[in-house]
Amino acid sequence: MDRSSRSRSRRLAPVVAVAAAAALTLAGCSSSHGGKKSEEAAQSASAGKANTPRMTVALVTHQAPGDTFWDTVRKGAEAAAAKDNIKLIYSADPNAGNQANLVQNAIDQKVDGIAVTLAKPDAMKSVIGKAEQSGIPVVGLNSGLSDWKNLGLLEFFGQDESVAGEAFGSKLNSTGAKKVVCVIQEQGNIGLTQRCDGVKKTFQGTTETLYVNGTDMPSVKSTITAKLKQDSAIDTVVTLGAPFALTAVQSVGDAGSKAKVATFDLNKDLVKAVQNGSIEFAVDQQPYLQGYLAVDSLWLYKNNGNYSGGGVQPVLTGPAFVDKSNVDKVAEFAAKGTR
Amino acid sequence: MSMAQHAEPAVTTPPASGPEQTDGRTAQRPLALRLLARPEVGVFLGAAAVLVFFLVVAPSVRQGSSMATILYQSSTIGIMALPVALLMIGGEFDLSSGVAVISSALTASMLSYQLTMNVWVGVFVALLVSLAIGFFNGWVVVKTGLPSFLVTLGTFLILQGANLAVTKWVTGNVATDDISDMDGFSQAKKVFASSFDVGGVQVKITVVWWLVFAALATWVLLRTKYGNWIFAVGGNKDSARAVGVPVTFTKISLFMLVGFGAWFIGMHNLFSFNTVQSGEGVGQELIYISAAVIGGCLLTGGSGSAIGPVFGAFMFGMVQQGIVYAGWNPDWFKAFLGVMLLGAVLINLWVQRTATRR
Repeated sequence: MDRSSRSRSRRLAPVVAVAAAAALTLAGCSSSHGGKKSEEAAQSASAGKANTPRMTVALVTHQAPGDTFWDTVRKGAEAAAAKDNIKLIYSADPNAGNQANLVQNAIDQKVDGIAVTLAKPDAMKSVIGKAEQSGIPVVGLNSGLSDWKNLGLLEFFGQDESVAGEAFGSKLNSTGAKKVVCVIQEQGNIGLTQRCDGVKKTFQGTTETLYVNGTDMPSVKSTITAKLKQDSAIDTVVTLGAPFALTAVQSVGDAGSKAKVATFDLNKDLVKAVQNGSIEFAVDQQPYLQGYLAVDSLWLYKNNGNYSGGGVQPVLTGPAFVDKSNVDKVAEFAAKGTR
Repeated sequence: MSMAQHAEPAVTTPPASGPEQTDGRTAQRPLALRLLARPEVGVFLGAAAVLVFFLVVAPSVRQGSSMATILYQSSTIGIMALPVALLMIGGEFDLSSGVAVISSALTASMLSYQLTMNVWVGVFVALLVSLAIGFFNGWVVVKTGLPSFLVTLGTFLILQGANLAVTKWVTGNVATDDISDMDGFSQAKKVFASSFDVGGVQVKITVVWWLVFAALATWVLLRTKYGNWIFAVGGNKDSARAVGVPVTFTKISLFMLVGFGAWFIGMHNLFSFNTVQSGEGVGQELIYISAAVIGGCLLTGGSGSAIGPVFGAFMFGMVQQGIVYAGWNPDWFKAFLGVMLLGAVLINLWVQRTATRR
């Protein structure tokens, strides 16, 4: 190919692309159902804007990449930051050592406040001490309910996983369940284990645990199917994350089982599933609220010296139940990815 | 066909035509031993051992429907293990295959949804994207001479980040929107994620595709010129090139074949679960590679088969689901999996050693 024809083909590329797109549309390739066109342009929650001096807050979590739950936390934090005239620096790493380094990074940037999750409190201890020595207020969110006070954090926003599990178990009693299987998508995660333990504590029937490979959906599906076939007495599948609940519904169908599905955590597809009855109920720890309150509390502390929970008690954001009775109210917010 | 010595054993001695070719050198070796020396026989015995073991310890495995579940699990690993195995025979390695599956599914889903197109448009564009990723891997490996481990590690990280960032940027969330009510969805679901009835048991279509692809790959490997090229470039690239094997074409096309596999499984994920989580897929590449290695493909290239990885994937599916069917303490899940796989590989190794010992 010589030079001139190559440059011509390069110039032609966008033209070809546009023509192809037009041809596809003309050829009737557009979908008459669903898609972006049918999605409503939704506005995010907005509560005016503060005119206080600009401050910087770092939110450092143990999020693994691409997790819906943490994305919702982040959206809450961003909404609060936008309202409070705060510059939000978000960073995350599931590895505890790396997360501690990210907190150090925030200290180096001389931020005005740090919000941090304590999935592995021991690893965070020394760096949180450094933040306090530098005079930076630190608040906790999501995980670390039993450790935030020892580490000297100002306040804590989250759900007590054991309490949520226990509430879940009590709710199961009222549905008449006899035998449940609690599906853990990440082996060794303390919060997930506490949820299943909480369920076990209050649920009057039998509770079994099942581990699945959370990064591979087909494997999640077939493992739950296998469990339901292995033990036909199981009448309820409990999952610990919304995408897994939706998959569990398919497994129940595949296994020819009559088991019901109930779950922790929400997303917009899950809300639809609660509406159409394929999922019994979901318990929601309101991740948006956790992110929002953590950032907002740092603004309140700086501008008015307030402590939520009086600096002694954690502020609980869950467990809030979503079932057929209240799902419609939640649905409009879930569609925006904020519930 | 004297150009590729590495290809010769696979090409000139299909098991059926063995007996006539006794020329004194193979006369002392009985048929059974010669069979055992083939790379896929060891893994076949290993898989059979695992199957029998679980049939004994887990009563529910004996039902037809349980076997359908196990085969489904195996097929989603196996469809990817096939091109991964061919690539490995060709002397290369792809670490990006796990996240590439998700990239493909995300492309199809977001394109259809955002432009409100028939989902088939997304499906075909995703195929192009997957093939392009494969081409990129192959092209960089061939042109730079860098180890494929390094190149595909780079692609792995790029795709992992892009999956997340692009999804977030386009949809505002880290998962894609539900496309199950869009035009073409039910058709595509029939192709990629339906199931059919066999004597009252629901069998997933991926099982059929898996076996079709395996048969096709076996034919290509053993009966075509391209198959010879694969063995040749994996055995010794330079001597292959010296005798006229198109090394560049063979390697790039093998990477693109992995792209095709990633596309296929990506479409399965999309059409069976309606939405795609952008963070999935990490770690799956090691499972595909393990299935290929257990299936008798050498990590160094030049040797292996297409039927071996079928049993390798089956073994993975069998162990993973068998542990659940057996109702064992789930805390030990990963440890059980590791012990079983190691045991199976050792049986495989022992069989091959016994078979090839004089």
